[in-house]
Amino acid sequence: MRKDISRSIGKVDNREKSSGSAEYINDRSWEGEVHYALTLRSSIVKGKIINITFPSAREDVHIVDYRDVPGKNFVSILEDDWPVFAEDRVSYLGEPILLLCGPDRTVLEEYRSRIVVDYEEESPFLTLQDAVEKSDPIVSYTIDTGDYAGASEKAARTVKETFETGRQEQVYIEPQGVVAEYTEEGVVLTGSFQCPYYVKNAVINTLGWSGEKVRVIQAVTGGAFGGKEEFPSLISCQVAVASVKLKKTIKLIYNRHEDMEVTTKRHPSLISYEAALDGDNRILGVKMDVKLDGGATTGLSAVVLQRAMIASCGVYHFPAVLATGGVYLTNTVPSGAFRGFGAPQTFFAIEMFMNHLAAKVGEDPVAFKTKHLAKKGDATSTGGIYRDDILMAQMIEEVKKMSGYAEKYRLYSEKGNPRGIGMSLFLHGCGFTGSGEADHIKAKVYLERDEEGRVHILVSNVDMGQGFKTTMMKVVAHSLDIPLDQVVFNNPDTKYVPDSGPTVASRSTMIVGRLLVEACEKLQKETGPARVEANYSQPDYIKWDQDKMKGDAYPAFSWGVNVVEVEVDRDTWETTLLGAWSVHDVGKAIDDRIIRGQVDGGFLQGIGYGLWEKMELKEGRVQQATVTDYIIATASDFVTVENKLIDNPYALGPFGAKGAGELTLIGGAPAVAAAVEQALGAEVYRIPLVPEYLMELKKNG
Amino acid sequence: MDKIEFTLNGKQVSIEKDGTARLLDVLREDFSLIGVKEGCGEGECGACAVLIDGVIANSCIVPLGNAQGRSIVTIEGFSGTARYRVLEESFAECGAVQCGFCTPGMMIAAESLLNGNNSPSEAEIREGISGNLCRCTGYNMIAEAVALAAEKGKGLW
Ligand code: FES
Ligand code: FES
Repeated sequence: MRKDISRSIGKVDNREKSSGSAEYINDRSWEGEVHYALTLRSSIVKGKIINITFPSAREDVHIVDYRDVPGKNFVSILEDDWPVFAEDRVSYLGEPILLLCGPDRTVLEEYRSRIVVDYEEESPFLTLQDAVEKSDPIVSYTIDTGDYAGASEKAARTVKETFETGRQEQVYIEPQGVVAEYTEEGVVLTGSFQCPYYVKNAVINTLGWSGEKVRVIQAVTGGAFGGKEEFPSLISCQVAVASVKLKKTIKLIYNRHEDMEVTTKRHPSLISYEAALDGDNRILGVKMDVKLDGGATTGLSAVVLQRAMIASCGVYHFPAVLATGGVYLTNTVPSGAFRGFGAPQTFFAIEMFMNHLAAKVGEDPVAFKTKHLAKKGDATSTGGIYRDDILMAQMIEEVKKMSGYAEKYRLYSEKGNPRGIGMSLFLHGCGFTGSGEADHIKAKVYLERDEEGRVHILVSNVDMGQGFKTTMMKVVAHSLDIPLDQVVFNNPDTKYVPDSGPTVASRSTMIVGRLLVEACEKLQKETGPARVEANYSQPDYIKWDQDKMKGDAYPAFSWGVNVVEVEVDRDTWETTLLGAWSVHDVGKAIDDRIIRGQVDGGFLQGIGYGLWEKMELKEGRVQQATVTDYIIATASDFVTVENKLIDNPYALGPFGAKGAGELTLIGGAPAVAAAVEQALGAEVYRIPLVPEYLMELKKNG
Repeated sequence: MDKIEFTLNGKQVSIEKDGTARLLDVLREDFSLIGVKEGCGEGECGACAVLIDGVIANSCIVPLGNAQGRSIVTIEGFSGTARYRVLEESFAECGAVQCGFCTPGMMIAAESLLNGNNSPSEAEIREGISGNLCRCTGYNMIAEAVALAAEKGKGLW
């Protein structure tokens, strides 16, 4: 099948998904008796658990709590601060205290409603501002490249602004779910997972067992977007403990309300920028600070913060950068992974800041941005090097043509015009930040040819809707020059697949795909049935100093430009989308249509982040915990997007491919916010741009 | 306990159960029709959509009692039809399926729409599927797939 690899083919799992026969975790049947699990949660925001009074014991209700944990009672992520079950204290509303397990859900619910927990309440931090005023960050970093102090001394003027972004909920349409089976060989966890080995390692830690006794299988996964990166480790540990205690199959499926109340969200942020400009209105340097609300536990926040800070320069080259940042804990639902992973917050801020600077110095925003674009050979924010061609100037021209940007921008600049058009420029570093791939992940893949000549892909990365199965099968079929139906890629099962790392960080296609290409080269040297492996090794020119945050933070970058056109209703302050355009450089698409799917979906999530998706907490309780209250777009809210891909093959990617999954979300919010600014004739500093905020902006001039 | 009789995917069925039970649970648990998904449980996402006498309904907010004497078609029943095959092909051709959790419900929505209007405009398509949430696709490829199906399936609807 040696054609242009980008030519689209039908996805391998279309049929089972369309016909409803694909089995998601809640659809499977299980051998033997199944016990359902229901979670008892903290009903207060912060305090000590004094006493728990249970209704009289019943044979068909089993209680599983921290005392049943044979190993360590925390979820192994980065820090050991996320309890599997609360012990003597709780630190957010909805924190899990124990599981009730039994064959009848109605009985469990009734039993749960009669449990009484006595607490001694303590005063919590309810907001990021609160935590910033009264506490120290639990993790902080500094990026210091060039000489910002010198730049600001030389500057003709400095400009400072602050920005704020809210929580965002993933709203994968399939809620979280996991099943633990107790077997002779150990415990088997099957579920809706992005990262089977994260689950495996977390369960090993919590059970205190050896690795062979814990097996993890990914069920068909109904969307994830980061929401099924670390959170499934928590619920997997819980059901694993229950399964081992009761020697039963335990099934835990969240309903939507529970899912929205207690699962991880995108980190709220406070971001400030200061720019030092010379007499010709060129930026000599920027000083940036980002504060993230980590919620009640550390989780992955440290890495999210790194990404947010490394993105401090956006797509621009500034001679001097001083970026500081911290994660603060609050007594709120934990923040965690969400497509973009810290970058969407920073890109909203830097893109708005650049627009505002352009307005201040009286230049056109796109012209102002263009003159600061990073070029090949320039230093990155962390003093690494942009080694590959950067095609942004060409991409900007392209998107202008597609959208009629210049003409519309001029037209909508007239005072009182209810319409606006905005452009955002963005990038995404592909793969784990810094030395993550080389030091922590150390990806390994297997490729196996069986008796019949079929080739099996054995990797731990999952298809969660993004088309990873089809993508990797194409990579292998093209590399070996065999038909696609000779390639087999089953859902990962840790009994058979090595740890090729998690399905995160826009790494799977670029890193794992590349390893599969290497494995194909090895397999071609073998005849008959054979198994080969390939292991990741970092190119030696990539150097990273984690303590100083210096060097090449990512081996490659993907790039994008978005344009959004809107109309703002001056009575209701509702924003309506009129048009959306995108141009992306993802190296080389392994499948054009799959990438278009990533672009359309990511773009809408990004626009939603900027426009509609508001999740507030009041006294620690999520106020929008249903899809009625939390607004994600319907088909009628969105418009057909015109997309274009620019080929810019990356030497170390499979067939030239770079990451694409997260990139597509990042530009949506700043593009729509820029459009709203023009329509409104007022500067925007906060997302989401809900009608109340627009009204307030207009009122305050 | 009530005795409820209805037609399910073309077959006459009867079940003894509390009439207030959610039709969604009955379909999934008593009839093993797992293509009917629960995305929200409150009538907002359309993942649980079925056809009741040819019209789309969210089975998570339909009490079993309402099924009495009606004809219910789930994705499992619909997937045996020529109309379904055209929709499936069009969805594949347009890249309208990502995680797939919304897809069976989208198929039912498309059938319900095309049944009433066999050559819908883009706006009508968007309106017709606006009761079904999809978080993966951004809807464009789904809207294109429905338009393509209307085109390809001329005479079927
Ligand atoms: S599950 Fe019925 S509408 Fe969402
Ligand atoms: S394809 Fe995932 S929700 Fe629609």
